Amino acid sequence: MSELLKTVLGRPVPALINGRQAIPFAGVGARRPQGNRAPQIINTCADYPADGDKRVGSLREALERCGFTDGMTISTHHHFRNGDLVANQVFDIAAEMGLRDLMWLPSASFPCHEPQVAHMESGVIHHIEGSMNGPLGAYCSRGAMAGLGVLRSHGGRWQAIQDGEVPIDIAVIAAPTADFFGNATGDRGPSACGLLGFALADSLYARHVIVVTDNLVPFPCLPWQIQGNNVDCVVEVERVGDPEKIVSGTTRVTKSPDRLLIAEHAARFVRDAGILREGFSFQAGAGGTALAFGIYLKEMMKEAGVKAGFVRGGSNQYLVEMLEEGLTPVILDGQTFDLEGVRSMRENAGHQNTSPFTSYNYHGKGCFASMLDVVILGATEVDTSFNANVVTHTDGRLLHGIGGWQNCLAAKCTILAVPSFRNRIPVVLDEVTTLCGPGELIDVVATERGVCINPRRRDLVDAMAGSRVPLLDIHDLKREVERICGGAPARPAFGEQVVAAIQWVDGTTIDSVRAT
Amino acid sequence: MGKDTQNALEAEEFPHGAGRRGPRVRSDCWVGIEPADSGGLSIELESTVEVYYGNSLREQIAVGCALFGLEHGRVRVEDGGAYPFVFMARLESALRSVWPDSCARWLPETVRAITETPGERDRFRRSRLYLPGNEAKYFLNAALHGPDAVILDLEDSVAPAAKGDARILVRNALRTVDFGAAERMLRINQGDLGLVDLTETVEHGVELVLIPKVESADEVERVDDHIRSITEREVYLMPIIESARGIVNAAAIAKASPRNVALTIGLEDYTADLGVPRTEAGGESLHARNVIVNAARAAGLQAIDSVYSDVVDEQGLAASVREARALGFEGKGCIHPRQVSIVHAALAPEPAQVERACAIVVAFQEAQQAGLGVVSLGSKMIDPPVVKRAQQTVAMAVATGQLAQDWDA
Repeated sequence: MSELLKTVLGRPVPALINGRQAIPFAGVGARRPQGNRAPQIINTCADYPADGDKRVGSLREALERCGFTDGMTISTHHHFRNGDLVANQVFDIAAEMGLRDLMWLPSASFPCHEPQVAHMESGVIHHIEGSMNGPLGAYCSRGAMAGLGVLRSHGGRWQAIQDGEVPIDIAVIAAPTADFFGNATGDRGPSACGLLGFALADSLYARHVIVVTDNLVPFPCLPWQIQGNNVDCVVEVERVGDPEKIVSGTTRVTKSPDRLLIAEHAARFVRDAGILREGFSFQAGAGGTALAFGIYLKEMMKEAGVKAGFVRGGSNQYLVEMLEEGLTPVILDGQTFDLEGVRSMRENAGHQNTSPFTSYNYHGKGCFASMLDVVILGATEVDTSFNANVVTHTDGRLLHGIGGWQNCLAAKCTILAVPSFRNRIPVVLDEVTTLCGPGELIDVVATERGVCINPRRRDLVDAMAGSRVPLLDIHDLKREVERICGGAPARPAFGEQVVAAIQWVDGTTIDSVRAT
Repeated sequence: MGKDTQNALEAEEFPHGAGRRGPRVRSDCWVGIEPADSGGLSIELESTVEVYYGNSLREQIAVGCALFGLEHGRVRVEDGGAYPFVFMARLESALRSVWPDSCARWLPETVRAITETPGERDRFRRSRLYLPGNEAKYFLNAALHGPDAVILDLEDSVAPAAKGDARILVRNALRTVDFGAAERMLRINQGDLGLVDLTETVEHGVELVLIPKVESADEVERVDDHIRSITEREVYLMPIIESARGIVNAAAIAKASPRNVALTIGLEDYTADLGVPRTEAGGESLHARNVIVNAARAAGLQAIDSVYSDVVDEQGLAASVREARALGFEGKGCIHPRQVSIVHAALAPEPAQVERACAIVVAFQEAQQAGLGVVSLGSKMIDPPVVKRAQQTVAMAVATGQLAQDWDA
């Protein structure tokens, strides 16, 4: 059992995370990261074919050429979401080769990655550093993983790779379209997913890079989102992903009247607080409530005769409509959620693909997240200090990754759009089970019962004077939720064992998850 | 527990049971009881909220069983996160199935005191939101959508086998769910079943009773008498006319009870009675709706229109409400919460109407202050009914946000 340290918010975090010294969270903006970028080995053209043809016969051959061996760190990206067919294959090959103790560094995992559980049980995979949900989350939550789970935001993952905190031995980049030199794009091909931004850091910093594609085009692949000059080998396979599970055909807006009400409260808040004005910017996620928020906001923009300066995606058909109707000149897109988003990225000059470097990285010369006027996010829990949880269920089980959630808290106004309870489980609590975002960065909690403004944001409280949006003190909301649910929920009994560490955007550790 | 065992248990029949059962049930539960003569009480609890509320659920089971005197046998609870008032209703329902003659009732605390008098007779009834009486999950947030009234429905939305369960659930909801400013309406069943509905629920805060499929005045009188036999409280009535015979007797029905405050029509049943399809244009029911408006106005009641059944077609709903208003209706039934704001918007007065109403109300206030008996605006005298109408228009404009609360300050 490793020693535990305390963060400035009193949360216990392990002193050692998979052999690295952890730095406990010291407060927002307290840590100023220093040092140099991760060192890069210099390669030479002498080792690569002069005709540019880097194709090899199979994924196994490519991995072997990259020196695939015990204890390596292997990265993959999650742009194919639940339709990914490549990440599992890499570890199946490792098992065939008899390798052990690998570390998997996905940019996110999905239920389709359940087979990795067997690879962890057999020792092929030592542990995972990345989001864990579904069967992987359950496996980690019960303390079965050999190493600690490390959950990072999208920006935090870029930072960890860039800073050399996690050196990647081999990055395997599944690409919807590529040429033999390794130039690759996500916006076309049978497995089109829009963009490949989550693989960009891997392509720049990994010791070896393999591009795997099911749509090889003659050189040069245009546009290229991944530069072939960073790529060691190219592998052609029959299929890299299951298109139906990569992007949805159409995005579904919630039909739940209560969730629509949450979205409406959030949108009316944005309007009445004066955030909705000419040239403003916003970001909303892909969940049903966030989509509905976008639809309400669009109507309000039309009513007020206001256009956005830019919007941030996750793009979907609704953002594309706003772009094509001239309500915004630009979508800065981090991942594409439906076929309309993919089409628009190909066709519209104002639909720009981005990466965690441009949007989220805290160890850099600025990023887009802090430039946004307002962002709408979800959460599993929020407490009366406005701290929020996005990774665990109230019973302590891991069920979500952090995604861009922590990074987005840098926006000028952060709104959590959440129900105040779900099936008798309170969402508004005295204290969150896992603290992923400090309350000082969370400005507003929009629920079906009304909107709670963080008292730190006196300006927002003042701006809402005279609004017809129901405003609530978060303590009153918590009392009402407890009246409905039958008292404060009992807290789960946790084991001693720490199973995962939650990193903050500056590279410190903000909380830990214990075995349930 | 393995999946197979679980399925076997789920399929296990109990001699007495109540509630909703199955792996997909959320915000509700099922209670099974098998009484025995000896051996003590064995309690089996499976709950999605075991971690948080397992202990309090076990305590509640003990309290409920003690209340009915169940000392021996098995109690099995399969819970998908039922709220306390729902859980209590299901347990009571199962226990009463063991002892049908028991007078024991397990009442949750009231959210606010049940008042002797309901709201005003002629309050707004622009929207009334139907809530299926055995679907607890829709109750808790219903008022948040801002309907003028909620209808806890024991009639068509409740399966015959579930009437008893629903009655107890509705009673608990009336006591403990915060319906906010919404008028608490209850739709009872026809005939004797409807009287049983009233016995169980009416004392617990019902403000208005909808009587379904009324064809003659004596049906209204019967309900009126039964309410009087239970409680001194004022409870309003809204007869629903749903047949050709009912339309013929509309005037008598409207005048049947001093408790009557509104009259409404059920178009699905009415068109079925005529043997014609219900159309979007509604030509087949125009006569009946005119009769309802006339009968209502003649008796000093509000005329309230039927529901619009296509929940997706928002424009169709808005058009239907505007047409109803033009015929003289003051409200519409809603079968989905998202219909409420559309109904209110479509019934909102025109800006010019609001402006004129404000002028009349101001003139009235000035006349009052000056001690004048006659209200005049410019060179015109304003009759009292016009003043009343203007006051209602202003109140509605305030309610919809068209006017500020302190518009006359």
